[in-house]
Amino acid sequence: MTSKSAAITPQAYLQAQSRWHPLEIAFWLATLLPFLLFPNYLSLASQIAITALFALSLDIILGYAGIVSLGHAAFFGVGAYSAGLISKYGWGEPLTGLVAAAAIAGIVGYAVSFIISRFRHFTLIMITLGLGLLAFEAANRAHWLTGGSDGLQGMSMWPVLGLFRFDLYGYTAYTYSLVVLFVVFLGARRLLNSPFGLALRGIRENWVRMPAIGADSRAHIRKAFTIAAAIAGLAGALLAQTTENVSLESISFQRSADVLVMLVLGGAGRLYGGLVGAVIFMVARDQFSGIAPQYWYFWIGVLLVTVVMVLPNGILGGLSQIYARWRSK
Amino acid sequence: MSVSADRPIALATRGLSKAFGSLPVARDIEIDLPVGARYALIGPNGAGKTTLINLMTGMVAPNAGQILLGGEEITALGPQERVRRGLARTFQINTLFPGLNALEAVTLAVAERRAVSGQFWSRVGSHGEVIDDAYEILRKLRLGDSCYQATRELPYGRQRLLEIALALATRPKVLLLDEPAAGVPQEESGDIFEAVASLSDDLTLLFIEHDMHVVFRFASHIIVLVGGAIFTEGSPAEIAADPGVREVYLGKRKHG
Repeated sequence: MTSKSAAITPQAYLQAQSRWHPLEIAFWLATLLPFLLFPNYLSLASQIAITALFALSLDIILGYAGIVSLGHAAFFGVGAYSAGLISKYGWGEPLTGLVAAAAIAGIVGYAVSFIISRFRHFTLIMITLGLGLLAFEAANRAHWLTGGSDGLQGMSMWPVLGLFRFDLYGYTAYTYSLVVLFVVFLGARRLLNSPFGLALRGIRENWVRMPAIGADSRAHIRKAFTIAAAIAGLAGALLAQTTENVSLESISFQRSADVLVMLVLGGAGRLYGGLVGAVIFMVARDQFSGIAPQYWYFWIGVLLVTVVMVLPNGILGGLSQIYARWRSK
Repeated sequence: MSVSADRPIALATRGLSKAFGSLPVARDIEIDLPVGARYALIGPNGAGKTTLINLMTGMVAPNAGQILLGGEEITALGPQERVRRGLARTFQINTLFPGLNALEAVTLAVAERRAVSGQFWSRVGSHGEVIDDAYEILRKLRLGDSCYQATRELPYGRQRLLEIALALATRPKVLLLDEPAAGVPQEESGDIFEAVASLSDDLTLLFIEHDMHVVFRFASHIIVLVGGAIFTEGSPAEIAADPGVREVYLGKRKHG
């Protein structure tokens, strides 16, 4: 089946949309570069991979379905504390801990989705903001369980697959995070190219029309939100396991806001938007905080305002526009 | 007067009433749409024509009355359930998916009808039957050539056709068209109604339209709505000869 033939069939056209692009393969090969080029930065690389996973989860609901959330860190935090507590109370096996934490975050997400699916726009921003703050204060207050502002201490992780210990250099941590990111990405890629993914885009593009074509948007949103919450929980669990502690920061408003900024920087509603945004944000934070530790958000602000004004569809949106223009010449 | 007394009723309303605050917008509406009907709903601006479609399709809840689809009461059902039972509509103001192309949009609607839209593990491209179904509808409405173009980039007339294509993708028994040619230059509006008229004979149609030439050409029966109530109804010839209609509607249009 040639995708370039003049009379492309509708099915071939839609099949071509889910085909792998060479740039995608290049991107994933590039994720291996830190092992070779920056062996001293593997811990940072691991945190970037975890943040990218978190951004990917937000992209599913915000970028694809148009469901704005200012409290997405709640699920990241639930995953992180779940993984932390499972390990603290005696089960240090990483993979099962990861799955359990994701499941718990998914269950919480499913419960919350019944509220989320009823609202839109500004109301939804306020609701998710409120729920996020609620989760933060709950974690803060439950000192006996979470360690409150002292953080959750006393985690002890067993080697991954019984073979790979978490080392000081972050070698295992990055490998582990990257593999999880890649596997989840494959799943998300599949999901977003599915009929369900198309329905999510339909919700984003026109919420009013969906019932008029017989769609149950709320059911779609509940499903998407549950999946996104589980992935966010997975990311939180990864952070807890690889750093062997959980701080309140993992469930804070700051984290919810940061992930939104990353997604907007990279380009929401694009498979790689959150991933690219996470890389840019985390590297920028690392560099800027080296220059001026107190004021590094100043530069993130500059970056955000510039990108939003110049490239409304994010950095990837801008690049793909340039690419399209170049190809049409 | 009833041209189709022998035909079963596809859609009926019984004592349908609605008020927005103290303003009545639907007063005791009784309509019977026989299977295969081509009915026009006319009336001056603010007569409650669109509200009536909103009531029938469940987008607005009535204060009183019933709606029956194929003899079954659907008054309590949500809009999407009514669509699944075969009651579809189009919108006066384009209510499309701007960022999707026509093929994706209609494929989505077909996927909803065939209940595959919840599948998140199969690729859209692997659902050959859904896509063929969608493309066939687009081709019938002569949208086949432009189906890969983003909806927001389509010429306005084609967007109006896509409105109809999305409704047809739900495979309706009854289709309510809210000014299908609204905003389209008069010389093109005929094309849109040709496309509507060429739809299957089993499909029951009710359309709102202001252009009386179009109404007289395509409708087999006309319902005149004034101030939220049915003023009169009858064949095009009867309506054209009705002095009351001339006064409240036809005459008024000439001045307005």
